[in-house]
Amino acid sequence: MKKLLIWLPLALFVLVFALVMNGLIQPSDRIVRSAMVGKPLPAMHLPPMLADKPGIDAKDFATGKPRLLNIFASWCIPCVAEAPQLLKLKQAGAEIDAIAVRDTTPDVQAFLARNGDPYTRIGDDHAMRAQLSLGSSGVPETFVIDSHGVIVDQHVGDIRAEDVPKLLAALEKAK
Amino acid sequence: MIAEAGLAALWLATAFAIAQLLLGAAAARAADPAAMLGGVRKIALVQALFALAAFLILIWLFVTSDMSVLLVAENSHSQKPMLYKVAGAWGNHEGSMLLWVTVLAVAGAGVALFERRLVAETLAATLAAQAAIAIGFYAFLAFASNPFARLNPAPVDGQGLNPLLQDPGLAFHPPTLYLGYVGLSVAFSFAVAALVMRDVGPAFAKAMRPWVLAAWIFLTIGITAGSYWAYYELGWGGWWFWDPVENASLMPWLAATALLHSVNVLATRDGLRAWTLMLAVVAFSMSMVGTFLVRSGILVSVHSFAVDPTRGTFLLALLGLYIGGALVLYGARVGTVTQGATFQFVSREAALVLNNLLLSVILGVVLIGTLYPLVAQAMGVQLSIGAPFFEKTAVPIALFLFAGTAAGPLLRWRRDSAQALLGRLTIPVAITGVAFALFFALSGGGSPIAVLVLALAFGLAAASIAPLWKRKLRRTPLPVWGMVVAHLGVAVSLSGMAADTLWKQERLAAVAVGDNLQVGPFKVTLAEVRPTVGPNWSAMEARLQVQRGAGAPFELLPQQRFFANPPTNTSEAAIATLWDGQVYTVLGAPDGAGRWQLRLWWKPFVTLIWFGGGLIALGGAVSLAGRVLRARRDAREEEWA
Repeated sequence: MKKLLIWLPLALFVLVFALVMNGLIQPSDRIVRSAMVGKPLPAMHLPPMLADKPGIDAKDFATGKPRLLNIFASWCIPCVAEAPQLLKLKQAGAEIDAIAVRDTTPDVQAFLARNGDPYTRIGDDHAMRAQLSLGSSGVPETFVIDSHGVIVDQHVGDIRAEDVPKLLAALEKAK
Repeated sequence: MIAEAGLAALWLATAFAIAQLLLGAAAARAADPAAMLGGVRKIALVQALFALAAFLILIWLFVTSDMSVLLVAENSHSQKPMLYKVAGAWGNHEGSMLLWVTVLAVAGAGVALFERRLVAETLAATLAAQAAIAIGFYAFLAFASNPFARLNPAPVDGQGLNPLLQDPGLAFHPPTLYLGYVGLSVAFSFAVAALVMRDVGPAFAKAMRPWVLAAWIFLTIGITAGSYWAYYELGWGGWWFWDPVENASLMPWLAATALLHSVNVLATRDGLRAWTLMLAVVAFSMSMVGTFLVRSGILVSVHSFAVDPTRGTFLLALLGLYIGGALVLYGARVGTVTQGATFQFVSREAALVLNNLLLSVILGVVLIGTLYPLVAQAMGVQLSIGAPFFEKTAVPIALFLFAGTAAGPLLRWRRDSAQALLGRLTIPVAITGVAFALFFALSGGGSPIAVLVLALAFGLAAASIAPLWKRKLRRTPLPVWGMVVAHLGVAVSLSGMAADTLWKQERLAAVAVGDNLQVGPFKVTLAEVRPTVGPNWSAMEARLQVQRGAGAPFELLPQQRFFANPPTNTSEAAIATLWDGQVYTVLGAPDGAGRWQLRLWWKPFVTLIWFGGGLIALGGAVSLAGRVLRARRDAREEEWA
């Protein structure tokens, strides 16, 4: 018994060593998944960012048609990179709403004039409250909301060309 | 040219470390070790001088803004104030690792220069072990983290230092913390030497004790200062976040605190031999694990600057080599360490064993909590463990520890009676009871645990002073004074933590100029928001007028700072320290409609947390002074005899 006890520290160390080794070999996925996927869109009421488009209200989503909810900002470089893909999604028939995070009306206007405007509605989320309630940790992110207003999928980071068919398929499935 | 000189100094230090290892090992086995020991001592000194030279050269490169050196270009900027140019030398991965090895070499040189009590064989083996550790970390610098790498072509200017680090705190926090962290390597080397030479006993413990104490003092100061730095710099109003890197400094401290107590049992009563060796190994192992966790970026933390798998693997290999090696040696040899003196269940020794067990359990809990995200990751889940886990697990155990801290010093060595102990504890227990009743009534439904901690702090304060009762104060040995002051410091620190938990007030509001807010007993008026500039930043500064009741008003100036190199915003909290606590104010973002976000706290007696930490370190220093003076007197008497 005492013999075993003497080797216990070494055994514990080997265990910790193996664990840490594993952590080093498989670096963790730094993408933070939202815990809200599978749950209804949280209540939110965002004022319109632009004069000619409505803002965002959670109630507007359970309308029988799935929609994309894109979180973006005019100051975000990857958002510029994903703009063409959003336009393609729009052409393919997707309804896209947006939440502009920590932004101002003139900046958003300039951004949309430069990169195209795929959005039906744009809500002004100045304090990032809506973004946090969605479980989103950065911009850009895109949520797929089904016809009953339930979040069914989350895309973290900019939408690349190869992601477009995936998102269209997700929208199809969410009908 | 100067950078190359730094690299050469590093290589020379490595060469001397290898010589120190070989000669030290030879001396430990030689027929006349004392004859060879002089040479080993000198080599250890030269090794430290070269390491120090390399470190000073790095500082020089930062001071002169030599942008042809990659590290300087990446972490400094010519427009930076001088203090941050100097401190910037260790505000990055390579520089901080160089500081780490420098402290390691200097600690080894300290042993070589000043240690006279240890038998020659064990001392030679200790110096060899210290050199063995150094070689690994020199190799790490040379092959995975060269601080002197060149950048060609050299950029016009550097990228600047992270503004969060541009604070006087950076100048003293890492060096003191490292002195403690890496100073524990001496205890590790002592233990390894003792195992190799099978020399464990009171003489060995008495020789090791001052080194443990010295490292522990620095570690205590480093953690206390770091906590205060995070408190005012991060602007969250918290003083401990259970961040992996904070835990990385707390774990060696817990182990070192346990070691400090067990080494006393070994020195005074020749008990706990194997356990003391174990703790000496564990304490520095925790320092290395901590270094690994911070430097590999394996855990997500506010402190991790760089994520580099090569460095992580290299450091992990070193960890496996040194900790694994020491533990194998321990397993193989400790069976031959004969059992020391025994003791009764109610005795000072038993109380210290309890102290050790509780400290070890807390250490285990913190380690599990810190590594748990890795366990979860191994099982395919991503999570992080926050303060609630540690508060629920470590705090209840700590309550027992504090009760033990009160009782331990009132027990006699070897055997005592439970009845006598209860008699001696009457007053502290009564104080705890009265304090609990009083504060429970005053807490207004606050956390009962915090009330209990506060009451225990009062009882502990009384019990800490009790060992001085009926003693002639002028003839009381310094180590007893040290213990009294350190334990009193624990009580003071605890009372600050509990008071802050129970009575802190927080207000968050958007305020227009001219409006006022009430936080605790203070009326805070936003008098003005104005632009201001510093040496390498510009800022919006709020002028807050703060007034308690009808007292004299004073001003606080929290800022939102904008740094150009690299472009970053930071918020500089403005804090007023009063005799009974601090008013803590942070200026947030404007809302575009002329209002500013203000975050205000009233934190009663929060300063006691760090004041207590300071007392703990002071107690250590008093105790260390006593030990060193005593050793000198013994040495003189020996010469006379």
